[in-house]
Amino acid sequence: TVMAAPMTNDQSWFYALALGVSFLKCLLINAYHSTDFEVHRNWLALTHSLPVSQWYYEATSEWTLDYPPLFAWFEYGLSHIACFFDKEMLVVPNLNYASPATVLFQRLSVIVADVVFFYAVKECCKCLREDKGKDLLGKPSFILTGLLLWNFGLLIVDHIHFQYNGFLFGVLLLSIARHCQNRHFEGAFLFSVLLNLKHIYLYIAPAYGIYLLRCFCFTQSNAVLVTLGTIVLSTFAVSFGPFIGQLPQVLSRLFPFKRGLCHAYWAPNIWALYNIADKAFSILGVKFRLLDINKLPKASMTGGLVQEFQHSVLPSVSPLATLVCTLLSILPALFKIWHRPNGARGFLRCLVICALGSFMFGWHVHEKAILMAILPLSLLAVDSRKDAGIFLMLSVTGHYSLFPLLFTTQELPIKIFLMLLFTIFSLASLKTLFRKGGALLNPLEVTYLLGLIPLELICEFVYPLTVWQKTFPFLPLMLTSVYCALGVTYAFIRLYNSLLTCSDTTKKTKMQ
Amino acid sequence: MENWSLFSLCVLLGLTSRWAVSFHSYSGAGKPPMFGDYEAQRHWQEVTYNLPVHEWYFNTTNNDLNYWGLDYPPLTAYHSLVCAYVAKLLNPEWVELHASRGYESHSHKLFMRATVLFTDILIYIPAVLLYCFYFCDGFSKQKVATALCILLYPGLILIDYGHFQYNSVSLGLALWGILGLGLGWDLFGSLAFTLALNYKQMELYHSLPFFCYLLGKCIKQGLIGRGFFQLAKISLTVLVTFALCWMPFLSDPKQPLQVLHRLFPFGRGLFEDKVANTWCSLNVLIKIKTLLSRETQLFLSFALTLLFILPSSLKLLSKPNLWQFKLALVNSSLAFFLFSFQVHEKSILLAAFMLPLLVKDGLLLPYVVTSLAFLFLSLYLLSALERSTEEELRLGIYRKLTRHWLPKLNLSRIIKWKFWFSLVAMAALSFTSVWLEPPAKFPDLFPVLVSILSFLHFLGFIIYFNLVQLMEPQRKKSQKKTN
Repeated sequence: TVMAAPMTNDQSWFYALALGVSFLKCLLINAYHSTDFEVHRNWLALTHSLPVSQWYYEATSEWTLDYPPLFAWFEYGLSHIACFFDKEMLVVPNLNYASPATVLFQRLSVIVADVVFFYAVKECCKCLREDKGKDLLGKPSFILTGLLLWNFGLLIVDHIHFQYNGFLFGVLLLSIARHCQNRHFEGAFLFSVLLNLKHIYLYIAPAYGIYLLRCFCFTQSNAVLVTLGTIVLSTFAVSFGPFIGQLPQVLSRLFPFKRGLCHAYWAPNIWALYNIADKAFSILGVKFRLLDINKLPKASMTGGLVQEFQHSVLPSVSPLATLVCTLLSILPALFKIWHRPNGARGFLRCLVICALGSFMFGWHVHEKAILMAILPLSLLAVDSRKDAGIFLMLSVTGHYSLFPLLFTTQELPIKIFLMLLFTIFSLASLKTLFRKGGALLNPLEVTYLLGLIPLELICEFVYPLTVWQKTFPFLPLMLTSVYCALGVTYAFIRLYNSLLTCSDTTKKTKMQ
Repeated sequence: MENWSLFSLCVLLGLTSRWAVSFHSYSGAGKPPMFGDYEAQRHWQEVTYNLPVHEWYFNTTNNDLNYWGLDYPPLTAYHSLVCAYVAKLLNPEWVELHASRGYESHSHKLFMRATVLFTDILIYIPAVLLYCFYFCDGFSKQKVATALCILLYPGLILIDYGHFQYNSVSLGLALWGILGLGLGWDLFGSLAFTLALNYKQMELYHSLPFFCYLLGKCIKQGLIGRGFFQLAKISLTVLVTFALCWMPFLSDPKQPLQVLHRLFPFGRGLFEDKVANTWCSLNVLIKIKTLLSRETQLFLSFALTLLFILPSSLKLLSKPNLWQFKLALVNSSLAFFLFSFQVHEKSILLAAFMLPLLVKDGLLLPYVVTSLAFLFLSLYLLSALERSTEEELRLGIYRKLTRHWLPKLNLSRIIKWKFWFSLVAMAALSFTSVWLEPPAKFPDLFPVLVSILSFLHFLGFIIYFNLVQLMEPQRKKSQKKTN
């Protein structure tokens, strides 16, 4: 059965989905926005009002510029359009300025910047295997478009919490698409641009590096290596060029290691489990008189934005230790694609593992970083059954862990409705796509995911009414982190398993 | 994808848009001393909670009817009472007698919005889903597409979640009534519709078709045998429902009279503000409001309303089937809207025609977004323009009429052009109303233009739908019913 699609144009559904989600984003203009809104307003102001030499020294506001130079240039460009909306937002001392025109401008800038994301998704769809004659709702490209354009995490982080991730992930997905299409120079260029827009993508730089080196630099002539090197270096030169004199200052702003091991709302990674274990041991130790409560260092668990966390029982963790752990976690994957590169799909899998490994073991990881693993994984999910199962686990868990970002009562229905929307869509569409061959999720996984419902009810509805809300206000956050950390770790292990056990296939699929 | 998942996606999209619109302002926000409909609803909670039943509709020292006195039937009052109990649990300040006048706070807004969402989920949305599931022709995906379009209908969303009202309750109950009749459960249908009528007297717009359909059906079954029993059962259901709803007011004969007096304020004029109906538009040319006496106005509006609903009702009486019933509903409500007394612009629930009201409420952004989204969605999903061949549009009637004068006319193309023209006109008017200043001589220029344009559309619609219902062209089996 074919849906009564009116226009004979095959691509009209793409524009329908894109337009629909844009309308939804417009409706969310008036929603809650976090301090990130003020961060970007401040950057608009300082790039507009100050000379380039002052950008990384400016510290009137506590939200100093901590993205690489290309992003600063992006804000500079935006600030010229901002003039037409409200000149007052471009005044640096106007801290926390949020007039309706400012809100409208900033929100619209995110919505418009998402055009890059739309284009990237369209390009990614071209890389998929297409089965002709399939019903629209069962087409892999339709499902992928839905999973990416209507991604819950992206919607609430970008259009409610306020960030520019759509635009950045657009560049990332475009770079991946270019690699899939064997246009590697463009892919490398786009990735260098991305690194200069937001340096968090260093998490996945190893995957790019190893893949490019392995596949092209040594198998083909040295000219390829030289060209790649030139592209990357010139991008960095253009970006950092004007700041060559102030390089140490820029780097100190970009990599502020004085922050604590865990962000204020714990990301569901290994360190969350580590912290919990430490706390549990310390409580048990005091209870069983194994430890003296006076000798334990004062550990405050979560409080405020940046905290130094002293562990009581288990050894304290330093930034270097996390770096070592991260590298150890991704090394096997890098070795695997060095020895047996599986073409673009192998590269993508390695990329996801690098992103997830850095998320799991990194220093001061924000839970928004889970999106770096979920979005590329969507590309794999519409191609293989196993990946679809892993994707469902990771996306539902990862998205749920973003709930604490929207803590206002007004946004509660929105986050629940949108989460249900995305979850039902991903479950139903992937199930339809892979209906042959049994269920995508085994009963244990289903139970775990269903367990999120009582967790949400307890944390959001029951707990605030109990007496413990005053004494242990961060308990729901801890519970959420720990529960989700289990799911994320499980997904990580399964991804590794699928990478290490997949055979070196050279099938002539479009993904090569 | 399975049906249930598609339907739940539609519902979730509908719910998300509703709640997102509710972030914006409401009517009368921050505008003392009278505020707006939001304050009216809050005030009714205060009145129904604190005062005994026999004082609700009367002007007493505790109940000043000039400040948003109750002017809906008892079911609204009971609903407000239930909400007031919940409000009292959450924050007694919200319904403090006298002291809570003009109370505005973020948490109160959330509470009020939540009450609308709650009744919507309980009454309106299930009705829409069942309606689309049972009464839409076509493949399941088309049913889902129709459900999505209905759920994203901007008029209802903007008025209920923006301006602030509870139309979803009365419309939902009326829809349950239609569902009941469609499934052959006449008693359930009459019960639901009577409840709708007791919630908002505006449902009288739909009452005549219900009456004629049921009566016609009973007559067809034979007035001597089964038909009579059916009629008796239906009448009994209706009467008992009325009695139950009005029970607290039946003790004293003065009570029902006062309630009726509040529900039908014939003391007020023929119309207020700028409404897209005949009287307001006529008033631009001839000042009938001042020219004719009140009695003449009443008589005239009554006569014209009757004139316009009689043909469709009689046709329904003679041929009581669902198709006629649906058309009669449209015709009856259009007739009432265009010609009756004291009509409010909200009655039409058509977004574009409520533009001045929405701009006043600070709802411009949601209006633009939801209208564009709905327009795009219905064009895309329901292929409205594709199916506009002459036959599908049942323009055969017009064909016959105009054959004498303009034989070469390609009517379907004219309709398409007219559609785009209307859209452009609406967009232009929206734009000018918001951004341009009207000339000093005609300060009300834009609202008047909006109502005149709307009026012309409605006039066109009522003629078209009446013709369709009355002529009833030959229908082939493959033809799809439009709703």
